[in-house]
Amino acid sequence: MSSVISISKLAKHYQVPEREAGLKAAAKGLFKRKYKTVKAVDGISFDIQPGEVVGFLGPNGAGKTTTLKMLTGLLHPTSGEVSVLGFEPAKRPHDYLRQITLVMGNRNQLSWDLPALDSFDLQRAIYSIPTDEFKKTRDEFIELLDLKDLVQKPVRNLSLGERMKMEFVGALLHKPKILFLDEPTLGLDVTMQKRIRTFVAEYNQRYGATVLLTSHYMADVEALCRRVIVIHHGQLLFDGDLSALVEKFSAFKTVGFTLENPAADLSQYGDVVSVDGSRVTMRVPKEKTSAVTSRLLNDLSVEDLTVEAAPIEDVIESVFSVRKEALE
Amino acid sequence: MKRYFDFYASMMRMSVLEQWQYPVANYFYMIGMLAEPVIYMVVWSAVANQQGGSVGGYTPGSLAAYYIVWTLVRQMNIAFTPYGWEWRIRQGRLSMSLMRPIHPLHEDVAFFAGWKVVMIVLWIPLALALSFFFKPDLHPTLLEGIIFFVSIWMAYLIRTITLSLLGMVTFWTTRVSALFELYFAAELIFSGRLVPLSLMPEWVQQAAWFMPFRWAFGFPIEALVSSMTVNDLFAGLGMQLAWVFFGILVVSQVWKVAIRQFSAVGG
Repeated sequence: MSSVISISKLAKHYQVPEREAGLKAAAKGLFKRKYKTVKAVDGISFDIQPGEVVGFLGPNGAGKTTTLKMLTGLLHPTSGEVSVLGFEPAKRPHDYLRQITLVMGNRNQLSWDLPALDSFDLQRAIYSIPTDEFKKTRDEFIELLDLKDLVQKPVRNLSLGERMKMEFVGALLHKPKILFLDEPTLGLDVTMQKRIRTFVAEYNQRYGATVLLTSHYMADVEALCRRVIVIHHGQLLFDGDLSALVEKFSAFKTVGFTLENPAADLSQYGDVVSVDGSRVTMRVPKEKTSAVTSRLLNDLSVEDLTVEAAPIEDVIESVFSVRKEALE
Repeated sequence: MKRYFDFYASMMRMSVLEQWQYPVANYFYMIGMLAEPVIYMVVWSAVANQQGGSVGGYTPGSLAAYYIVWTLVRQMNIAFTPYGWEWRIRQGRLSMSLMRPIHPLHEDVAFFAGWKVVMIVLWIPLALALSFFFKPDLHPTLLEGIIFFVSIWMAYLIRTITLSLLGMVTFWTTRVSALFELYFAAELIFSGRLVPLSLMPEWVQQAAWFMPFRWAFGFPIEALVSSMTVNDLFAGLGMQLAWVFFGILVVSQVWKVAIRQFSAVGG
């Protein structure tokens, strides 16, 4: 199967002026400016197949958004090659823009003062969507996101979560083949995050769309993405299955159990993370998990016991803390 | 073409709906803008009266007509300023516009065109009130009326183009305000905004012919208020058309270079 997104040795470098503090440096800067090269993205390569939902992870400043902007044609790469749906995004041909969408959690494109229905109609005109098809898709999305009672209210009167759902409807009305989602659940409560995730998953299944998602909420990534790409300082750290990432970088497992006698000394078994009444949660080195659980069951009166992989947040944190050289 | 027509109709409709949400604010905005022409009108009428009833061929009645029509042309002149460009880059709005399969300048033109429909409707009572107080001497022919109607929209396009060119400077520097001030000063002198161009020195009038300012401001007023010959009316319209085509050419070339500088700082 041919890739829908293919990037090779992609780089984006910025020349940033820099000078020391003080009047003297300011005066000197008038005649001779110093520049520093910031490598926002530094030679990353990956391919994405049609219909894949890929998590694009990294700490703040890792280069995720810069990469998304190059993929969507907002930024011209410094070097490297980008091909999305066979197009060169930086040229921003209209045929390309009609097949993609970018949803940013902190940006909106709906008119603040009008009901979202009016903005949807503008989207229809922008993307030249035939009226019948537009109405069918619009109503389908409104139903999927349970927005029927809200579409006639001015957008300014909607909650953040409701607005975000409307943004999704507006951004997907033209049924794009590729969704670039940049922190789409930013600032939303847990229920609303879940709703958005379900909608994205539903859209992906119904239309076979490809999704590239950046999010700091690991629940988004776990729920939607089988594959993750991790970048840090503009360089690729990991590209593979989420389960492989957890397996590779998780040094610990989480063991939870309920004790009949909560007063027992547990320090010999591992690090106690929390004690909630008789329920205990411990962190145990991965290679010692079997031995520790056996001992716990033999030594103590344990009512139930669960072993889980470490939380994905912890895994990602450990990925970032490992030096790149050590990963290769 | 049908696609653009549909887009313009939808965008203008949205703009009208948005602006009707705030009629009072729009009215106050318009009233605030009346101070400038009223001051010019009072000063020049006083000068005309002191000089025996006219100055440079303008009587207090024709000066009143000039400045009342001025208020409408000024409304038509409102376009997206370089400050607006700075704002939309910082807010990440330009990024969202660039994601659409339509040039962002079409959005600007269509949005402000819709706003103007609202402003023209709101302007009518104000013009009637000003006419009641200042007694304009205005007797346009049908042809002058038609030329005026076309020329105010052409003026709008010319000013949108020139301000867009200035706005695009924000792709290189976010401090475009100094340039805008310079533009504003030149516009004040060479457009007929401060005073009818026929009252300016000869060299200003000649220079103004080759600049966009007159065609974006003074010409529509003169078309309606002054008794221009048919040849002059069509020559003026031709100049406006030339500036629109030339402007579109320059904008499209500058855009190609400018967009490569875009760093999407605001998102």
